[in-house]
Formats: sequence, structure tokens, C-alpha cells
Amino acid sequence: MTQAISGPSSFQPSGGPGPGAPSSFDRGSLFFQPGLVRNRFNALCTAVAGLFATVAVLPLVLVLLYVLFQGGRLIKPSLFTQLPPAPGMEGGGIGNAILGTLLVTAIASLIAIPIGVGAGIYLSEYDRQGRFAQVVRFCNDVLAGVPSIISGVFVYGLIVATRVFFGQSYSAMAGGIALAVLMLPTVIKTTDEGLKLVPQELRWGAFGIGASRFVTIMRVVLPAAFTPIATGVVLAIARAAGETAPLIFTALFSPFWPEGVFNPIASMSVLIYNFAIMPYAPQNELAWAASFVLVLMILAANLLARWITRSSR
Amino acid sequence: MSLETAVQTETRSLADAYTLRRRPPLEKLTDSGFRYLTMALAGLVATLLLGILLTVFSGAREAIAAFGAKFLTSTAWDPVNERYGAWTAIYGTLVSSLLSLLIAVPLGIGTAIFITEDIIPKSLREAIGLMVELLAAIPSVVLGLWAIFVMEPAIRPILQLSHKLLGWTPFFSTQPQGPGMMPAILILVVMILPIITAISRDALNQVPIELRQGAYGVGTTRWGSIFSIILPAAISSIIGGVMLALGRAMGETMAVTMIIGNALNFSTSLLAPGNTIASMLANQFGEADGIQVSALMYAALILMLLTFTVNVAAQWIVRKLSLRY
Repeated sequence: MTQAISGPSSFQPSGGPGPGAPSSFDRGSLFFQPGLVRNRFNALCTAVAGLFATVAVLPLVLVLLYVLFQGGRLIKPSLFTQLPPAPGMEGGGIGNAILGTLLVTAIASLIAIPIGVGAGIYLSEYDRQGRFAQVVRFCNDVLAGVPSIISGVFVYGLIVATRVFFGQSYSAMAGGIALAVLMLPTVIKTTDEGLKLVPQELRWGAFGIGASRFVTIMRVVLPAAFTPIATGVVLAIARAAGETAPLIFTALFSPFWPEGVFNPIASMSVLIYNFAIMPYAPQNELAWAASFVLVLMILAANLLARWITRSSR
Repeated sequence: MSLETAVQTETRSLADAYTLRRRPPLEKLTDSGFRYLTMALAGLVATLLLGILLTVFSGAREAIAAFGAKFLTSTAWDPVNERYGAWTAIYGTLVSSLLSLLIAVPLGIGTAIFITEDIIPKSLREAIGLMVELLAAIPSVVLGLWAIFVMEPAIRPILQLSHKLLGWTPFFSTQPQGPGMMPAILILVVMILPIITAISRDALNQVPIELRQGAYGVGTTRWGSIFSIILPAAISSIIGGVMLALGRAMGETMAVTMIIGNALNFSTSLLAPGNTIASMLANQFGEADGIQVSALMYAALILMLLTFTVNVAAQWIVRKLSLRY
């Protein structure tokens, strides 16, 4: 770069609009010379950055195309109503896995959303700068970085191995709790940040007309922060629905319809994992079909989250 | 009657007239009850983190007593003779995450620069940004499925060529046969690219416009200002994002498990099947019993400490290294 900037040649116009031809003044840069080292370097870097951006977008396009074509052509009504076939057999569907994913994600949401929103309220409304709140925020950030498989190991050690739920080991409940551990940091963080954005004047106004702290939070502050909290919650649910690692040894898998929350349960993500590594083509195809359904659900949730944010502006 | 007492009586009678409301006991109770409830919920988060650490540690105690620190350096993983060592998995975790970082960092930062500069129209830049963000939403297990059936067959000729040309180095010394370390590294790149891009983009967007104007004012080119002004100003957040991505890459489980081959023996070759701590856990935990569960818990503890260190370092770097403009 340095030799490009120094040197008198960069001030010498070569041809084109020079000082001698003021009448035909070019409205571009005065002395732009594409041949200069600095300008060549500039163009090279732009090209490299453009190439990198293309490469970064490429995987998404390829994955989406394959999931849409490989999975999309297998979509038929029986896929949603039938059970998966025995290994190596044709036909069947993923009905139990779809139901299982919905059930386990619902359990996780019912646990993580109340706890997460409550903890977020405490951090933002009761204790913004205090020592305890700093500790909780730090723990929350660390928890957000805990690998998803660790949350599975934790729930295995805490619930599955100890059989606390009526002597049952693997269960939908255990899977839901493992997913809730993963959702919690996102919900807390977005609640905390969303509530902080609510103008202080709203709280003062509510206190001024005699509302209690509880009523202020419930009726004024929370509704005002609905958009960011809802966005964060939807994104957390979408992430949990696609998680596999916490489920493979908590909720396990089941080839049957769900039998209550204290029994092993099928889920789409675990079905994809199990069927992808099987050496049978029909099972691999069901894995693609399940991917199609799962990806569509998750992308829809992501677009919903975006729409919530945009519609409130 | 003095004036003051007159005013006081006046006030009191006003107060009586409008009866300044006393807070009913129930309202007070709800108020403090709600405060303590949310406090308990916030405390639950800290307890949860501690609970995870304690559960994993107590599960690992048996293995820690049996194998001690040699667990970290031994490559034996022998369920029949009950001898366990995690070096193969630790090595795989470090190599896969660091090499994937090596590829993803230039790609991610380059993409972030490309979509924060005004090289192409804004709508196109936003579309690229949206697509990279949606890539982060694709479940890991779907990427694994794609890696098995699409990516790995597609790159196998390239891997075979690299074996032919570079087979004399220890890193390419084996014949590629499907699953292996290199495909796992590439799928990790796909998974951490969105994190690096998103955080770098936010960091670059936050650099004050005056810095750029100043750089242009003294006559630099676009990339002159990027390399000597804008990147240095945003570097702390970018490094923080890269560290977060490193933590994610270390703990990433499903896609890696599906494509890495889950080999139990140690190999320096990137073309041979390998193992990471996370993939070992996913692969063996379901069928393990006895001391093998404990050994896996020990490995999980190591993974937790690794990601914990990286994440805390990320936070520390963002706080200490940030430039004050």
C-alpha cells in the first residue's frame, strides 16, 4: 500500500481530462488511474470479498435445494398419518415423529418461557446493576455457550439415570427439560434486553397514577416490550425444535405413537439422525422427507419472528 | 392559631377529603411476592449452571479416580478391557474446531465487509445477510444428512487428489474413504460461518462514519481505509465473535457425528475417520454402562471446561480490547 500512495506518478494525469483541457471536464474522479498498484489492489480485494460472500451463501442454497427436491418429492398424505416402517421396509410415514417434536418442544417452551421471562424481569426491573444481577448475567452467558450435548448429559445424569419420574428412564419429559435448558439463555437475554428498551417515562407514568410495581410490570412494561420478547421466544422455539443432541439419550426414540410424557418419544430430528446412518434407501428417503418438514417449520418460525419485528415498527 | 398549623390542618382535611389511598396488604404481598419469585427464577439460572457442572462432575468421579490425568493423554478407548483415554477425541475436537476456524474466519469477515460496504445495491446486500442468517437456522442434523449424501461424495475426488499430491505429509497420509475429519471440518465451517459473519457485520456497522470519512479525506482507497482504519476499530468485537464461534465449533455434535466416522484409534491424517468429544458422547452414551458412562462423563467435563474457557476469554477480550474512539 505504501508505495502506491507515495510517488509522484499518482499526481500526473496520463491522457484524459488533464489540466490542459478544462472545457471537457470529466465528472469522475479527477485523476483516477486504474493501473496504479493501489487501485489494482482495491479491485482485487473487492473481487475476493465478493467471491467470499458467494461462497458463504452457496451452502444455504445447496442445502435448501436438496432438502426441497429430495424431501419435497416424498411429501404425500400418508407421510403425516403413518408410523415409520421396520428397517429396510418401504412405505410408512413420520406421523409419530412430527407429533413427538411438537410435544417435546411444547414441554420445553412451557418450562423455559415462564422461567426465562421471570428471570429477565428480575434482571431488568428489580436489579439492573447489582452484584447478584451481574452474576446471573454472567452465568446466563456461560449457559448460552454450553454445548447442546452437555445439556443432554446433564439431564441424563439428573433424570434418566436416577429414574425420578415414576421409575421411567427415557421420557419425553426428560427430553423437554433438556431442550428447556438450551432455550433458557435466549429467552432471558431477549427479555432482559427488550425490557431495558422500554422508556422510563412509561414506568413513571404508571407509578404516578398509583399503580403498584407488579401492576406496572404486568400491564405497562411487559406489553410495551412484547415485540422483542416474542421475537426471541419464537427464535428459541425454532432452535429447540431442530436440536438433536440433547434428545438422543433423554427422549430416545420410539417407533410407536406417543404414549404420554413419561415414555420414550419419537422426534423428527432424532428420526433424521437414526435413519440417515441406516444402510437402507427407504429409511434414507424418510430422513429427507423429515428434513423437509422440519426445515419448513423452522424457516417459517424464523420468518414469523422477522415479521413480528417488522410489523411493530 | 398560627399560619403554619392552619396550613397543616388544611392539608390534613384535604387528605381526608380525597383519602390518599393506603396500599392494601394484598397488593403489598403481591408486590414483594412477585419480586422474590422473579429473584428466585433468576437465581435458578446460576443454580442450573452449577447443577450441570456438579452432575457431570459427580458422574465423572469414578473415572477420575480410576484414570486420573492420564485420561487426557492416553489414546486407549477399550470398553472390553475397561481402559479409557480421551486424547483421540480431545485432539479431534481441537483440530476440527481450529482448522474450521482457519477457513471460516476469512470467509466470514470477507462476507461481512462485502455486505457492509456499498459495493452492490443495498437490497442485494440485505438479501445476502438474510440468507447467511437463515443458514444458522438450519438444524445441525439436516446439515449432517446433506453432508453424508451430497457434500462428501462431491468433495471426495478433491480429497483423493490431495492424498495423491500431499500423501507424504502426515496430514494426508491415508486414502479417503467416505467419512473423515476433513468433511467434518468443512461442515463445521458451514455451521460457524453465520456466527462470524453476523457478529462481524454488527461490529463493522458500529464503526463511526467519521473515521471512514477522515480516511477518505486524506486520500486513501476503499480497502486502504478498511485495512488500516475500519477493521482495527472493530477488531475487539470481531475477535469476540470468532471466539464464540470457536466455542460453538468445539461443542457442535450432530453434523460432526454423522460425517466424522467415529474412529476410536488415533490418526494424524485429516482424510482418516476421527472423533471429537461431542461426537463420542452422541455415539456411545446410549449404549454405555458401568465405568464407560463415567469415562464419557469425564470427557463431557473436559468439553465443558474447554468451551467455558473459550467463552469467558471471548467476553474478557471484548471488554479489554475494545478501542475507545
